[in-house]
Amino acid sequence: MSVRRLAKEQPASFEFSKETMEKAQWWIKKYPESRRQSAVIPVLWLVQKQEGWVSEPAIRAIAELLGMAYIRVLEVATFYTMFQLEPVGKVALIQVCGTTQCMLRGSQDLMRVCKEKIGPKDKLSADGRFTWQEVECLGACSNAPMAQINDYYYEDLTPENMAQIIDDFAAGKQPERGPYNGRHNSAPIGGAKVLLDPALYDGSAAKPIDKLPNSEPVKADA
Amino acid sequence: MPIAKVNGVEVEFEQGMTVLQVAERAGQEIPRFCYHERLSIAGNCRMCLVEVKPGPPKPQASCALPAADGQEIFTDTPMVKKAREGVMEFLLINHPLDCPICDQGGECDLQDQAVGYGRDGSRYSENKRAVEEKNMGPTVKTFMTRCIQCTRCVRFITEVAGVPDIGMISRGESAEITTYLEKNIDSELSGNVNDLCPVGALTHRPWQYHYRPWELRKCETIDVMDAMGSNIRADYRGSEVMRVLPRVNEGINEEWLADRSRYAVDGLQARRLDRPWVRENGKLRAASWDEALNVVAAKLKAAPADRIGAIAGDLQDAESMKAVLDLFRALGSNNTDCRQDGAAIGGGSREGYLFNTSIQGIENADAILIVGANPRVEAPLLNARIRKAWLTGGTEVGVIGQQVDLTYDYAYLGEGSKTVGKLPKAATEFLTKAERPAIIVGMGALVGENGAAVLNALGAIAKKVGVVKDGWNGFNILHTAASRVAGLDMGFLPGEGGLAVADMLKPGALDVLFLLGADEVNASGSDAFRVYLGSHGDRGAHSADVILPGAAYTEKSGLYVNLEGRVQLAERAVFPKGEAKEDWAIVRALSERAGQTLPYDTLDQLRTKLMSDVPTFGRIDYLAPSASFDVASLGTKGDVGDTAFVSPIADPYLTNPIARASETMAELSRERVAPVAMAAE
Repeated sequence: MSVRRLAKEQPASFEFSKETMEKAQWWIKKYPESRRQSAVIPVLWLVQKQEGWVSEPAIRAIAELLGMAYIRVLEVATFYTMFQLEPVGKVALIQVCGTTQCMLRGSQDLMRVCKEKIGPKDKLSADGRFTWQEVECLGACSNAPMAQINDYYYEDLTPENMAQIIDDFAAGKQPERGPYNGRHNSAPIGGAKVLLDPALYDGSAAKPIDKLPNSEPVKADA
Repeated sequence: MPIAKVNGVEVEFEQGMTVLQVAERAGQEIPRFCYHERLSIAGNCRMCLVEVKPGPPKPQASCALPAADGQEIFTDTPMVKKAREGVMEFLLINHPLDCPICDQGGECDLQDQAVGYGRDGSRYSENKRAVEEKNMGPTVKTFMTRCIQCTRCVRFITEVAGVPDIGMISRGESAEITTYLEKNIDSELSGNVNDLCPVGALTHRPWQYHYRPWELRKCETIDVMDAMGSNIRADYRGSEVMRVLPRVNEGINEEWLADRSRYAVDGLQARRLDRPWVRENGKLRAASWDEALNVVAAKLKAAPADRIGAIAGDLQDAESMKAVLDLFRALGSNNTDCRQDGAAIGGGSREGYLFNTSIQGIENADAILIVGANPRVEAPLLNARIRKAWLTGGTEVGVIGQQVDLTYDYAYLGEGSKTVGKLPKAATEFLTKAERPAIIVGMGALVGENGAAVLNALGAIAKKVGVVKDGWNGFNILHTAASRVAGLDMGFLPGEGGLAVADMLKPGALDVLFLLGADEVNASGSDAFRVYLGSHGDRGAHSADVILPGAAYTEKSGLYVNLEGRVQLAERAVFPKGEAKEDWAIVRALSERAGQTLPYDTLDQLRTKLMSDVPTFGRIDYLAPSASFDVASLGTKGDVGDTAFVSPIADPYLTNPIARASETMAELSRERVAPVAMAAE
């Protein structure tokens, strides 16, 4: 993780949209009035949903909404790497997992594709539509290598898949999400390999219960 | 009381103490960086690790661990030693080895503790991180690569100063201390973060690279930049006071110091009067002491007794005021006054002009009415106390006067004397229902023609709502001048038929006007023969006919009485500049030439005379418990009029001749006061 700074170029102002404000108020109401600042993370997240990233005027607006010092909101926004402090691609923000499992399964090839198609890491593409980042473990290790694009996981990727997905996004399509090697979620490829005995499922393997475990008092002399 | 064992020695402690405090009580020193007894506990430096039984078999951070009855604490086991070495090694991983060029070198906690608790060598060969410097304003110089993220500065500025400007952004190895977008810290207590910083990350910008701590000699003395009488240590090299640091005094400044008291010292080197001057044909020319004193003595002798007068300034020590007072009384004059601002106080019982709750005692008040004062600029450390009471005890505060940011919430009741004349019901209620209500009256309410009437009205309110009662005296006058209470104690006031400041300054009122360090009055309108005795070429000296060079507060030993009536002895750090002399000695020499030789030849004799005339001066460092008094008899009954109260301190960094001569104060004024004034226009 590198040093996180606010973007050099900032918009002149920030306005909460009506929808964002409604949701923000819903979060604020969850906490006592004197603890309004507890809503800072959800509100930052809502702002990021609205704008795509968290700008400096937005940080001030959030601080004023929650009655906090500006620096307190800045501390939170810079602490969590999921808050984007620079503008990101309007069409797709591609976050390729680069941690051990994904790396062993070829995440570096995915990143190479991203670099070729989009440009350097962490930078907005020339047309302003794409950004790609390398992120730490996203918790889908059984489907490595994978990437999170906008709100969804794209799993079991090959460099070809990755290129196709980027092309689809560029063409305005919404590519299929989930695993790209034909399996269901993280089930084994080509169907189940264990627990295949049909008797497991017809009830014949079950035994009647004559007593509940640990339900009897321990005998003194035992 | 519960008992714990520290290294096998039993020690009693109070419920709620931490393991670190218990170990300290047992005389064991625990190394620490983030822990500070006046700030909240962070527990992030891990230097204070100890072994505790019962508990998990691992070292524990003692600063954040509550002590329990029967606990066994070990501070010198191999595990503790190894843990401290490990923590120190990690702290030093990213700390640069620039001690030889670091201002903190020689008085650095990290340096000391690395020697005391660290390993003998480094095993680290990778790259160190570097962090960009940050702007934090004119008082704080940053070297952020040295920062060890203890967050003492963040906690001080948020909790004590009440200005949440500093924060820690990012995390892990990239964590940095900064202000929001590197704006200046907007706190009058900002200098304290430099003291708190255990490494050289935040150092005093005005004194950057000016000294090494081991070159300095130390002198424990008293501050005069406000009326608090903060305890300070003046560090000097040769004839120059290089810096001023706070000393611990729980009753006054705890261990903090306001920026004005700390950084005005460079004013002691500039615009100094270092030889006598006499005005001839409208121009000042250098003169000898003999000549200057003879000119003044001749004028004093020639003038009728009721046509000479003296005004004492805000920074004067008690001895020089006593000498001037004795001289003028001996010459038969009753025209003496120490109230340059013309505030309607003095005379009557001592409680009538003191801060009766005491500075520490204001924390016990549960309701405070502030009238005509802006404590944040008039006495910043008192304001920090009020903030502490508000923060921890839920003290309610009401304000009559200017509506300014005081760093705590208050009920705004009105802007001036009209509100005092007819106090809103809400105000009376919050004072009446309080158990220990207090009123703080600032000079802003007491100056002007209605001052005495306002004081009387406030006295009546105080009596009505029970501010003064058995066992509690909550009637407080907030002075702004360090010399004022001493002057009032000794009666440096107009005698029978004598003139007050405003009358003395009128054209044709006097033949000789003696200004004892009085720079806050405009004497240019007076056509009297003006004598100025003081340290700086400021307002008083500009219009003077004779200038007698005196000593500044670090250059003389003297008594000062702070606003709560505590007498304190200031020591001399360095000698007066050039031919300048100590103030009392100049007055003594003048008295001989004027034919009224004062009955003391040494400072000790002068002090003895002062103490026998005014016994309160005899009790140094003693704070008398404030007695109950008839608060309703203060001032004079009359029309309170309709004037808005304005704090007498328009610019907190330019309040006196020393501050006005200081470059640092000029910069602070430009950075902190000017933008606000521009925004108001």
